[in-house]
Amino acid sequence: MTRRLMEGSEAIAEAALAAGCRFFAGYPMTPFTELLEHFARRLPETGGVCINAESELEAIGMAWGALASGARAATGSTGQGLALMQESLSEITRAELPLVVFHMARGQADYYQATRGGGHGDYRHLVYAPVDVAEAVALTQLAFDRADRWRNPVAIYGDYLLAHVAESVAVERLDFGPLPAKDWAADGTLGGSGRSRNVNSLGMRNGVKGIEPESFWKRLQAKHDEMARLEARSDAEATDGAELLVVAFGTLARFARFAVRELRRSGARVGLFRPITLWPFPADALRAAAASARRVAVLEMNAGQMIDDVRLALLGAAPVVPIGGISSDAAGFGIGPLLDAERVRGRIEDALAGREVAG
Amino acid sequence: MKAHKVGLEKPALQLGVDHDLCPGCGEPLALRMLLEAIEEVGCAQRAICVVGIGCYTALTPLMDVDRIQALHGRAPSVATGAKRMRPDALLFTLQGDGDMVSEGLQEVIHAAARGESITCVLLNNGVFGETGGHMTATTVLGQRTKNSLEGRDAAYHGHPILIGDLLAQLDGTAYAARASVHDAAGVARARRMLRRAFESQLRGDGFSFVEILTMCPTGWFIGTQQGPEYLDRVLGSVHVTGELKRDGRYVSTAALRSRAARAASRSAGRGA
Repeated sequence: MTRRLMEGSEAIAEAALAAGCRFFAGYPMTPFTELLEHFARRLPETGGVCINAESELEAIGMAWGALASGARAATGSTGQGLALMQESLSEITRAELPLVVFHMARGQADYYQATRGGGHGDYRHLVYAPVDVAEAVALTQLAFDRADRWRNPVAIYGDYLLAHVAESVAVERLDFGPLPAKDWAADGTLGGSGRSRNVNSLGMRNGVKGIEPESFWKRLQAKHDEMARLEARSDAEATDGAELLVVAFGTLARFARFAVRELRRSGARVGLFRPITLWPFPADALRAAAASARRVAVLEMNAGQMIDDVRLALLGAAPVVPIGGISSDAAGFGIGPLLDAERVRGRIEDALAGREVAG
Repeated sequence: MKAHKVGLEKPALQLGVDHDLCPGCGEPLALRMLLEAIEEVGCAQRAICVVGIGCYTALTPLMDVDRIQALHGRAPSVATGAKRMRPDALLFTLQGDGDMVSEGLQEVIHAAARGESITCVLLNNGVFGETGGHMTATTVLGQRTKNSLEGRDAAYHGHPILIGDLLAQLDGTAYAARASVHDAAGVARARRMLRRAFESQLRGDGFSFVEILTMCPTGWFIGTQQGPEYLDRVLGSVHVTGELKRDGRYVSTAALRSRAARAASRSAGRGA
């Protein structure tokens, strides 16, 4: 397979097509817009459909219908647009539909939104945070597989840089093994058979009047517990004997990785832990990676969100300090001055020396 | 709770005849016409119904048709996604006036403007029945609801929306009609309109829309027996029945009202 220079948006769209995505709907918004553009150009060429929806509410509604009829489908936006979609995002989880959501965020301040959500009720989404375009290609395909396997939404958490930086990548179709048949999908064929389907989020079952919320919600909880047990992914390097462990995700983790490798070469006892899944948070792996750490430094570009999950994972086993903070460009697109190797290196050096880091 | 009968002989696509809606409710009648119309156009094995949220949601276990449950107001976009992936299916929504005209107005208008090959079916009783009789965007002036206690007042509550007129005037709409199940002739007419809408969809003409006025004596705070008369007189005089768009020609509700008034005066003249 040939490698080609592609910006993240194009590579992600190509990865979705390779995974068999046949439907996309979205509403333009920076930095998600180019992803929509690539789907709009490429889906019709491959027999699929991309609709320029009249709002984010309709975009996710359209994806819902495509999914319920059995197709692989996706939508996306940035944090603001996803805020509009929250009712559907939580309800689609209860309808057990395999939605893939591309969250091209304006920076990292949507960590809570992606991992806690703003929708109603108990629900969970698998959330992948790729560090670069090549990983985004792999995780996008994994997202479609896991969505189908769990019948649960899966989100890709990207940002402005992931969407717009061009890297040399090859998009190859990945095979994750056979999936169960979508015999639950409402394709119209079972009318009049007595076995027609009702794809719903209320726990309604055929032949049973009314709903059974408690048993239905408990069944979903058990599924989400199982997802939490099996789906956590992370990456760690130089953690053996590390006195300081830096925790970072997504684009910022790429800067942290560069700085940690440099510092390591100069003899500093510093390691890096990178959650690939933001939910489930890789707590067990983090505890193992932090075994020798005297300090854990959380580098994230927000007021402090992932740090909650780091503290919950470590439960006081090591002091946890924030070394990131709010950092933005003039437009608020999340390309802040903190996205700078020297600055990141300086913050890590401060943490190594036990100095307070001004956020 | 006592179960009520939809009808003595059920359509083939109807599972059972018992429902749990109120006595005198018009929605089970409308559902029956819908299921019969699907059979009439020969689409039992390729129909997909996208259901909104309202009293009629409780009727969906009676439907032996593949269904997708949507959020309140969101059925037209859900139907859009399903239709684009299943272009051979007969795709229709089942929504109430609170669902379609209050919460989801933008959805249905854009679906029509796109000329989406789906049929949106509105069960209009002018109230939120499920919450116990509250004002919707189609509640008529003077109509008493739990949040317009002295009757809907244009100056205070605003005017009702004649949704059929909004939709019929869009280029993407191929067929739009309004029926009322207050009497036997109206029930039969509802089925004919549903059949025409489905036929229009199957020909690929564009978007189609059928509004069915239904009784809600509980939400109107009147006796069960008074439902049909109230529907015809109070809602029917504003949301006048008839075909609003067919063969590319739009006929406004105002024109239908004048036509009905002329017909009434002719028959009154004959009676004199």
